Amino acid sequence: MELEKFSIDNKLPKYFAIATILWGVVGMLAGVLIAFQLAFPILNLDMAATTFGRVRPVHTNAVIFAFVGNGIFTAIYYSLPRLLKTKMYSKVLGNIHFWGWQLIIVAAAVTLLAGYTSGKEYAELEWPIDIAITLVWVVFGINMFGTILTRRERHLYVAIWFFIASWVTVAMLHIVNSFELPFSFMKSYSLYAGVQDALVQWWYGHNAVAFFLTTPYLGLMYYFVPKAANRPVYSYRLSIVHFWSLIFLYIWAGPHHLLYTALPEWAQSLATAFSIMLILPSWGGMLNGLFTLRGAWDKVREDPILKFFVVGVTCYGMSTFEGPMLSLKNVNAISHYSDWTVAHVHIGALGWNGFMTFGMMYWLIPRLFKTELFSKKLASTHFLIGTFGIMLYAIPMYWAAFRSYFMFKAFTPEGQLQYQFIDIVQTTVPFYIMRAVGGTIFLLGVLLMVYNLIKTAKQGSFVESEDAEAAPLTKQYVPTGKKFWHSVIERRPMLLLVMSLLVVALGGIFELIPTFLIKSNIPTIASVKPYTPLELQGRDIYIREGCYNCHSQMIRPFRYEVMRYGEYSKAGEFVYDHPFQWGSKRTGPDLARIGGKYPDSWHFNHMLDPTSMAPGSVMPKYPWLFRRDLDISSTNSKIHAMRKLGVPYEEGYESRANADLETQAKTIAQELKVSKIEISEKKEIIALIAYLQRMGKDIKGEQQVVTAVK
Amino acid sequence: MKFINYLENITGVGVYPLTSLLLFVAFFVLVTIWVIRADNGFIDHMKNIPLDNNTEH
Repeated sequence: MELEKFSIDNKLPKYFAIATILWGVVGMLAGVLIAFQLAFPILNLDMAATTFGRVRPVHTNAVIFAFVGNGIFTAIYYSLPRLLKTKMYSKVLGNIHFWGWQLIIVAAAVTLLAGYTSGKEYAELEWPIDIAITLVWVVFGINMFGTILTRRERHLYVAIWFFIASWVTVAMLHIVNSFELPFSFMKSYSLYAGVQDALVQWWYGHNAVAFFLTTPYLGLMYYFVPKAANRPVYSYRLSIVHFWSLIFLYIWAGPHHLLYTALPEWAQSLATAFSIMLILPSWGGMLNGLFTLRGAWDKVREDPILKFFVVGVTCYGMSTFEGPMLSLKNVNAISHYSDWTVAHVHIGALGWNGFMTFGMMYWLIPRLFKTELFSKKLASTHFLIGTFGIMLYAIPMYWAAFRSYFMFKAFTPEGQLQYQFIDIVQTTVPFYIMRAVGGTIFLLGVLLMVYNLIKTAKQGSFVESEDAEAAPLTKQYVPTGKKFWHSVIERRPMLLLVMSLLVVALGGIFELIPTFLIKSNIPTIASVKPYTPLELQGRDIYIREGCYNCHSQMIRPFRYEVMRYGEYSKAGEFVYDHPFQWGSKRTGPDLARIGGKYPDSWHFNHMLDPTSMAPGSVMPKYPWLFRRDLDISSTNSKIHAMRKLGVPYEEGYESRANADLETQAKTIAQELKVSKIEISEKKEIIALIAYLQRMGKDIKGEQQVVTAVK
Repeated sequence: MKFINYLENITGVGVYPLTSLLLFVAFFVLVTIWVIRADNGFIDHMKNIPLDNNTEH
């Protein structure tokens, strides 16, 4: 048959590779900054944009969507044309995809630092950016499927299934979790409230880990590990089982982020069961990756690329073993809200995503520039430094998690809590320092790589496109040998797409149907009322400053938590919380029942200088809340939006809302005056105090006379 | 008020976890059987796609 000539573009893979490394450095730099902030609060610089609560979302979003995201696109734009023997479908779409994504990243960083956040972890970006992400994702999808449909290789290699499944699942997750009602140009409220919001969020959050950080990188592994080792994957059969069972199981496991919370027991058990089953496909994938190197272990000793891949895949195995363990309720009781989760995530992010990316870069850049790697020795040094950095990061965090757990649950013989929260924070600070040093060392390794790769690029010359030729696909295809059902799917990408969507949607449907039923099944607590306008404004400040990054609002039913924070949280208490603010980590104490615990003046002084009220605190100062006037022009639209979402504010309450707001603000200002604090009732801090003083109080008043809030 | 058992009132809620488990087991068994019966030549072809040393398809 006549061979067709075509040329494969190297420009976009190069762009994506540069973006990967650039955003990697930026994201890790933000990570190092926030790590040191936890130990030395002075590094918060007393400015809004540089406080922990705002920088942490920049770090997480940058690493996930900018670093790993661009890593995924590098792998896809490089491997897809080569696996399919065709050029990428459209250069224009490719360019829109590239620049669109980078623009989104910049917009994300700017808006997050400016305090525009939806308040849902790893989905913090506000609605205009959510829409932009959807559009760019669709462009990427068209480009990918266009390429697949115009291919010259009949069968889709396993890496491509992973890419397809990732694309379709991320689209589904992003859309479902981003349902929100905008009330201004950059702000919106989540469509879901409380328990429901939490379920959707962690269904998203967990599967973002699965389908953004894991499956595309498995695709990367299935392409680049065989390439670097120059031998085929260990077992192609295993890869089929690996693929289908992994995507089937992953989607069910989300609720394991909500063990011991207000989630129904059976859903927690279901998530636990599926999480444990996940070990099998995950380890199938890990072993498939490692065994690909069988008989080539001598090469691993010399080749830094293979070293990165081996440790990367091993870290994948470790964290996918750890994940199921963390889903056991008794283990989760220790790990949840602690630094253990943070360590677990970083084994995955630094070890798996980081090292796989570095391995890919060391392999790819010399090929794009038709040269040899500038220095193998430097790459090996990077490998050693990186591995050491991961260990120095993770071990102190594990240690700190157990240590703080034992301190939290320690009681005196008289039955009192032995340690104050602040005691535990203070003993954790040395571990924070070690972790920050570990992260810095990891980043130094990355800088070595940057130097090495720039030198490599300089000594070579960029190959803009590679010419190749292949025979076109024939219309009539008769499979050779025995018919194999899976080859049918591999020949029909759309079928693969639909099947993948079916498999992942199944878990989603099973999880979300009960979620939506919950709304009508939550016993309403009569004394739980909507927030007053001032409290609502205060809550939005709480979200804006990213308080949820360190404070939870979910007291678990343990003796040591109930004694420390108060009555455990009830699902019915969160019915007006758009979005929920349960949090996932306690660097500071739980706030679910902070209301009424301290006088207004305490909060005033504490927000101005936390150490004045809690010596040894690592919380940042919030001086700007005392300078800025509360923007009450938004009250009207906020109340209106909340009513639309089902919060029972009276019809026409908007017109009276600001009058109520001012009355309540005056009361708080007067209360502060009694404590000899002079401040205008117009300042933002007043609203925040109103919200803090409200939290968790509703059910305290259950036995008392219920006072109307409106 | 116990806060972890809201869904117990939904009739037959146990059907969710049971169905999901059965679905997965059935799915897994089918995939495994089919994979074991797969043609060796095909598997070899697939394996070698990234290494560009295959010709037929």
